[in-house]
Amino acid sequence: MSKPKIATASLAGCFGCHMSILDIDERILKLIELVDFDKSPIDDIKEFTGRCAVGLIEGGCANEENVRVLQDFRKHCDILISVGDCAIMGGIPAMRNNIPLKECLDEAYLNGPTVHNPENITPNDKEIPLCLDRVYPCHEVVKIDYHLPGCPPSADTIWQALVALLTNKPLELPYELIKYD
Amino acid sequence: MSEHITFTIDGVEIKGKAGQTILQAADQAGIYIPRLCYLSELIPHGSCRVCTVIVNGKPQAACTQPITEGMTVENDTPELKEHRRNIIDMLFVEGNHYCMFCEKSGNCELQAMAYRLGIPAPKYPYLFPEKDIDATHPDIFIDRNRCILCGRCVEASRDIDHKGVFEFVGRGINKKVAVNAEANLKDSNFKVADKAADVCPVGSIIKKRVGFAVPVGQRKYDSKPIGSEIENKK
Ligand code: SF4
Ligand code: SF4
Ligand code: FES
Repeated sequence: MSKPKIATASLAGCFGCHMSILDIDERILKLIELVDFDKSPIDDIKEFTGRCAVGLIEGGCANEENVRVLQDFRKHCDILISVGDCAIMGGIPAMRNNIPLKECLDEAYLNGPTVHNPENITPNDKEIPLCLDRVYPCHEVVKIDYHLPGCPPSADTIWQALVALLTNKPLELPYELIKYD
Repeated sequence: MSEHITFTIDGVEIKGKAGQTILQAADQAGIYIPRLCYLSELIPHGSCRVCTVIVNGKPQAACTQPITEGMTVENDTPELKEHRRNIIDMLFVEGNHYCMFCEKSGNCELQAMAYRLGIPAPKYPYLFPEKDIDATHPDIFIDRNRCILCGRCVEASRDIDHKGVFEFVGRGINKKVAVNAEANLKDSNFKVADKAADVCPVGSIIKKRVGFAVPVGQRKYDSKPIGSEIENKK
């Protein structure tokens, strides 16, 4: 029987949650016995090669590309997990949610104290994904099956969740592993 | 009237004293009823409703309801747990709780209650409301993004410090803690030694220059759930 597949993505996140996945240390060898990695920055596979058992999402949706990637994950994954506070509540990027988008862009590209931009241009190349009006948690965009809180969630949290799901056990995190920081 | 009052919580017989509230009698018996706005030194005012229990079939706030002979109290039921989770969920989405950089994290009662209730994420949409901060005071900081309107600061300042530095203004979603001063906290007579500087359950009123003093892993609620100090008395 072929192994189930896992896919991972970082949307508006800092890759800290992916670091936490790597932090499962030598257990990653056990994980490789349990699963194959599909689309993921870990193996640099850019497009899905097939259906995945589990998708791990780091980061919330800050731009249209984040939304597209997230929807693609929902389409390809049986179980979709929000990993970390950015995916769950927007995290640090969501601090812009109280500031109008134009003000954010003006501060970043025109008015900020370290900005050097003699032509006064806010980047607008069509290759650059359009920013959303605010940063959205993943479960406000697609259905999410499980949430692993933390900034980032600890390696133990990710490990326990994956092993539970891959062995068809209920995902119940013990007290010590539910952390919002 | 007899001094002692016997009643049950989840079928367990409890003996309390006349004049006690359900919460006080339960605490003494080593039964934890979840609560947020209650603080034993202050007059309970029943604002958060986390302590709601079913008394003789009707919901009541355990922190304000006096005990009576023979009453039956339900506390640890799936329905009440769900009800408490809903309140905590709402408090999270109605504020801006960035626990990852909050000084109170690990020592915060709201967060601890969410941990105890096993909440991985609030189920309601985040409102990301606009709230203001007041960093004018040399020793104390107010971040209203994290205020859960429990009223502890209002009461402590009024009844213990006898200053009345804080009061609620506005209604509903616009309700907020205001300070009794020309403009900002620095213009008030609030002092870092005041009781009101110590009572905030969340990271809304915090002292400057003491944040992050206790390392992660050793903070109040890192390994022991909120309420376990009461349950351990049993
Ligand atoms: S006050 Fe508590 S719940 Fe709010 S951000 Fe701080 S630690 Fe988190
Ligand atoms: S500032 Fe703190 S103590 Fe005062 S009402 Fe808000 S949460 Fe309660
Ligand atoms: S603790 Fe009783 S209403 Fe808040």
